[in-house]
Amino acid sequence: MSVLVYVQNFGGKLKKQNFELASYASKIAEAMGTDVAGITIGEIDNEELQKLSKYGVSKLLKAGDPSFNTRINKIYTQIVEQAVEAAGADVVVFPNTNAGKAVAPRLSVRLKAGYVPGVTELPSSYDPFIVSKGVFTGKAFANVKVNTSVKIVSLMINTFGVFEKETDLVIEDFAPQIDTTGVTSKVIDKKLSKEGLSLFDADIVVSGGRGMKSPDNWKPLEELAEVLGAALACSRPVSDEGWRSHEEHVGQTGKIIAPNLYIAVGISGAIQHIAGVSGAKCIVALNNDSDAPIFQVADYGILDDAHKVLPKLVEAFREFKKE
Amino acid sequence: MKLLVCISNVPDTTTKVRFKDNNTLFDDNGVQWVINPWDELALTRAVELKDDSSSPVSEVHVINVGTAVTEPTLRKCLAIGADKAFRIDLDPKDSYSTAVQIAEFVKDKDYRFIINGISSGDYNGSSVGGMIAELTDLSSVSSVSNIRFENNEPILERDVASGKEYIATSGTTVLIVQKGFAIEPKIPNMRGIMTARSKPLEVIPSVDAEPLVEYIDFRLPEPKGKVKMIESDNLDELVRLLSTEAKVL
Repeated sequence: MSVLVYVQNFGGKLKKQNFELASYASKIAEAMGTDVAGITIGEIDNEELQKLSKYGVSKLLKAGDPSFNTRINKIYTQIVEQAVEAAGADVVVFPNTNAGKAVAPRLSVRLKAGYVPGVTELPSSYDPFIVSKGVFTGKAFANVKVNTSVKIVSLMINTFGVFEKETDLVIEDFAPQIDTTGVTSKVIDKKLSKEGLSLFDADIVVSGGRGMKSPDNWKPLEELAEVLGAALACSRPVSDEGWRSHEEHVGQTGKIIAPNLYIAVGISGAIQHIAGVSGAKCIVALNNDSDAPIFQVADYGILDDAHKVLPKLVEAFREFKKE
Repeated sequence: MKLLVCISNVPDTTTKVRFKDNNTLFDDNGVQWVINPWDELALTRAVELKDDSSSPVSEVHVINVGTAVTEPTLRKCLAIGADKAFRIDLDPKDSYSTAVQIAEFVKDKDYRFIINGISSGDYNGSSVGGMIAELTDLSSVSSVSNIRFENNEPILERDVASGKEYIATSGTTVLIVQKGFAIEPKIPNMRGIMTARSKPLEVIPSVDAEPLVEYIDFRLPEPKGKVKMIESDNLDELVRLLSTEAKVL
């Protein structure tokens, strides 16, 4: 018996989200009276992996062959399947990221294991296994019961938090047997994105909407993001108009994020937009329209013209950061 | 080249979500049903490729697992430009039982791509595409944000944590697509709506499939407290509240 955590390998590095996921797995293991094992795929130093010992992981299977560096869903699924077997796992925990979404549903079929995607909290019961997940894009939650012997869940990143638990971690090289029959896709080229903070990883997100009036007005938003160490986002009209890249679009059909702090500037707060940020712990809205629906979901509001207030806001945060 | 787009029928995004029968069922009374927004982007791009004479795509089919309630949504897909619609007659209970139906359907077909939107607006599963691929032992490419053709060969762009990857495929492949594949959904024109009426919509009986999970009940989030308004000449107060009250700085 154990809990297996999928340790996503970010080009040889771990991120805060790995530690959050390990913390989540560790709390489940505690409740079940068992241990956490991890599986990581592709090249990564043991020194980097040892960081997981702080978050309750006691064993790590490392499928470190360089041929695994690029994710092929069919192959990754087989690796995790064999790790589930090697670890004797009853519960498998994935991140609800692109990588997790690519592998977890396939594994569910392979193991005939019930899969609950997008959970935000610990299971409310282990026998039967019941866990809550978001449904209707942030508008409700459902309790989902898993009836199979192996259970798979994926955690919404940034919703659970990181909890330290010092553990002795043993790293084992893991050499899975891979059947490449039917692998018909291959990566032929790559383009690395500019080093920047990913929207999913950012604790603070600064976001601009149509109320910014023109793409030329983004400078103070960029400054605000820089002062706060935040990632930049935008609403759908802004990306549709081509003012900003659609990579920055937050909302239904765009990215769905759960930062600690979301600062919405000149965003009216249409329901499609709120669907992307309803998981945010705190929302600050700056808008000059007192009827804007964003004020119904915001924790703090400023009713004024964005262009007038933004420079002062940058200054206020800069002063705070100096202290 | 034939494409199949899997269509989920979901409540319109602006729907006020309610539950009935002691919060065990979604209350669909008065609900306006729409094409799942992500599937709509998938269909938009598929139709665009069919209409582009330089691409080898010749036909676009759509499929839904659902009861007769979903037929207006399938008609809308036909109006957008799909050539043929299939409805597998089942009220699906989870992603797995849905995927089993579509996997069974595609077994003896020759689709080049089986395309799924990344998530559905109702149960937010992000699962059916990957499950179809595993059930049929096909390759799947997920987080696809673009497709183009070079010498009639498709090249997929996939979003990964480090940036973009470009992927070549051969044979039937399952795609799980997201924003970028198309940017804005295509609105059907009058001619599309008229011709949709005479396009084929075939109903197919379902096969047995035991769900792997069970939705037992639902709840709405705690109501949010009232917004605290802060004067724009008192921004230090905002910073103070974010730091000491909300503790997010």
